[in-house]
Amino acid sequence: MEETKFTPQTWPDKAEQATLEGKNKFVGIWIFICSDITLFASVFATYLSLKDKGPAGMEFSAASLFELPLAFVMTMLLLTSSLTSVYAMYHLKNHNFKGVQIWMSITVLLGLGFLALEIYEFYHYVHIGFGYTQSAFSSAFFTLVGTHGLHVVIGLVWIVCLIVRNAKRGLNLYNAPKYYAASIFWHFIDVIWVFIFTVVYLMGVLG
Amino acid sequence: MSSAAVTNNKGFGATLWDYLTTVDHKKLGVMYLFAGTLFFAIAGFEALLMRLQLMIPNNDFVSAGTFNELLTMHGTTMLFLAATPLLFGFMNAVVPLQIGARDVAFPFLNSLGFWLFFLGAIFLHLSFFLGGAPDAGWTNYASLALYSPGHGIDFYVLGLQISGAGTLISGINFIVTIITMRAPGMTFMRMPLFTWTTLITSALITFAFPPLTVGLFLMLVDRMFDANFFDHTMGGNTIIWEHLFWIFGHPEVYILVLPAFGLFSEIIPVFARKRLFGYSSMVFATILIGFLGFMVWAHHMFTTGLGATANAIFAVATMAIAVPTGMKVFNWIMTIWGGSVKVTVPMLYALGFIPSFVAGGVTGVMQAAAPLDYQLHDSYFIVAHFHYVIVGGIVTAIFGSMHFYWPIMFNRALSEKLGVWTFWIFFIGFHCTFFIQHFLGLMGMPRRVFTYQADQGWDLFNFISSIGAILMAIGVVLLVINIIITAKSKPLNCRDYWGDGRSLEWAIKTPVPFYNFKQTPLVRGYDPYWLEKHDGNKEGMIYAEPLGDIHMPNNSILPLVMSIGMFVAAFGALYHPDGKAWAIPVLILGLAITVGAMIVRSVKDDLGFHVHVEEIVATEEHLYGNGGNK
Repeated sequence: MEETKFTPQTWPDKAEQATLEGKNKFVGIWIFICSDITLFASVFATYLSLKDKGPAGMEFSAASLFELPLAFVMTMLLLTSSLTSVYAMYHLKNHNFKGVQIWMSITVLLGLGFLALEIYEFYHYVHIGFGYTQSAFSSAFFTLVGTHGLHVVIGLVWIVCLIVRNAKRGLNLYNAPKYYAASIFWHFIDVIWVFIFTVVYLMGVLG
Repeated sequence: MSSAAVTNNKGFGATLWDYLTTVDHKKLGVMYLFAGTLFFAIAGFEALLMRLQLMIPNNDFVSAGTFNELLTMHGTTMLFLAATPLLFGFMNAVVPLQIGARDVAFPFLNSLGFWLFFLGAIFLHLSFFLGGAPDAGWTNYASLALYSPGHGIDFYVLGLQISGAGTLISGINFIVTIITMRAPGMTFMRMPLFTWTTLITSALITFAFPPLTVGLFLMLVDRMFDANFFDHTMGGNTIIWEHLFWIFGHPEVYILVLPAFGLFSEIIPVFARKRLFGYSSMVFATILIGFLGFMVWAHHMFTTGLGATANAIFAVATMAIAVPTGMKVFNWIMTIWGGSVKVTVPMLYALGFIPSFVAGGVTGVMQAAAPLDYQLHDSYFIVAHFHYVIVGGIVTAIFGSMHFYWPIMFNRALSEKLGVWTFWIFFIGFHCTFFIQHFLGLMGMPRRVFTYQADQGWDLFNFISSIGAILMAIGVVLLVINIIITAKSKPLNCRDYWGDGRSLEWAIKTPVPFYNFKQTPLVRGYDPYWLEKHDGNKEGMIYAEPLGDIHMPNNSILPLVMSIGMFVAAFGALYHPDGKAWAIPVLILGLAITVGAMIVRSVKDDLGFHVHVEEIVATEEHLYGNGGNK
């Protein structure tokens, strides 16, 4: 299978689903995302029920703690990275391996930028006394946003592994579904962030 | 690789290595079956100890603390580590054959799922030797669990986290398998009912296990890393645990019972020698039960104080589930009705199942009425109800299917004579144990108590119940003896052992070669094998492809390595609150092993291998003599 050298002309239309393994990966990642949505739904529900709850006299509240400008920059970074991963998939469809690698790398850089800001944000909160064990609110906040952050880390490690392992191999029907699945996962992370931005930051500051 | 399949006599080391690294769904099915039987025996023994303690009033056979541990471990083990793997065993062994697939969609993940389950289960059971088992009930309510001293609850949380991950992985695997890997002609509405129930069960697993994962994680960080989710002095709320647990816990009931329904829907038509009555309504009912199963979790929390409106909504939703379940019961009865019934052991279990399960279902509808539930809550009536559902529904399905599918899984048949004895002893013991508990509950005996005062009118009923438990234990021992005797019996080397097989798994000759069907079969309708037999096809099936090379996945040790990593990491997390200096390094080491194995897995090419036509012919000749699998 991997001996076949494809050209943009012979490259199949839906390369990610051209083999049974590819089709399995395609269906599998979607089912996995269904289950991950339930995971996030549970964490969101926990956060909402514990928002602003803490020991008597707790000085922290969502309205006073969160700042929209930082969250806005993070949102923009992550949304842009979603767009760049779409470009990578566009090049995957046209069997342009260089394009795939470049746009996936840009996705990783944007993701790293997001992660750096998130780490800064967490560090800042801990620094002012809003640590993980400070209150039910802090535990719930760090668990919700941290679970998303962990997904970002996993997505980044995954994409970096793909870029490195396939650098010399080129694009074929064995690794096309892998790129495709990673890209779907990355979009999913973005969508979750949109909800976090809305529920945690927007509703925190405005509501 | 393929030559290894031809030679039968391998050394012990090679055989062990083969099982540690296998990705073959048939071998994993056998491994699930034996691991499940092991934990079934352990949990059954725990139940027996409890019943011995409750046999007479004011007994001091076990202490109150030990009793709490026994009842917690009995419930947890039976649901997570016995019933689930036993059903997974049948799914693994049967579903790929039923849909004419070579293997499951992700054979590697299939193996990973097994090892995660197994090591999680071992981890949980190590608690008995390392300072006490969990003791807050299988529901592990946070208000109890948070303040339970020792490491018992930590073992519960970490062990279930690991084995739950395994279950989730296997669930996703089965969905993908059933969606993408059906043989040509096997449309959704031609799938055997067991495949359908496996699909719906797997969907339930996909949506139900993540809330458990989250709940366990919250419990883990609360107990081990000083988080405050359930600590009300820090703003936490223990009701969150109840919700998360039951959002998982109620679908879990259907995760277990739907495959049982599926198994009986396979057994009954074969021995009634009639097509399953109302196939499409069966499929519809399965989907509806799966859907409604997520709408009813708060009926476990009627007395929590959610308010009349919430209770009313959940009460109505709960009663609604009785409708599709009733459809199924009537379909089974209509299948048997007018059939030329052969009462074999699997059919005996099916006949015993219908009234027992209906009894469990009816008491369930009684509890769905919230006002009545206030009276029944936490009494032995509840214990009687869910044992009627679980033993009467799931355990009978498992025992019946063991007899039914043993020829396919092991190429040997369990003794019918011993099976009939097992059935009657177990069945009488079961009703003797649990029927009377309804009345104990109505008389006010609370569940989960380790002893009771004499002369409240409970003495005789408890004694009878304990006698029943001993009968059940004798039944299980007989089944194990049957299995041991059968292991020494002559191989069958036949096709369609029961003579009336209808679906694809009966069209293949046993022992099933590692690549299943040598050519993918063509499915021409519902009950494909019966169709071919009816049309006088002596060769079994018509094939959809010429004999050619078969692509098979490689074995791998990585699933075991990943699971061992999680196992090691769990010890690190467990001893972290004790202030042990090595705890965090061990946690990191374990996670590093797992992540490292994952990276190795994704960086290495794993293209599988091809079994060439000559090897297929040689294997077939070796297994069946000249002529191969015709």
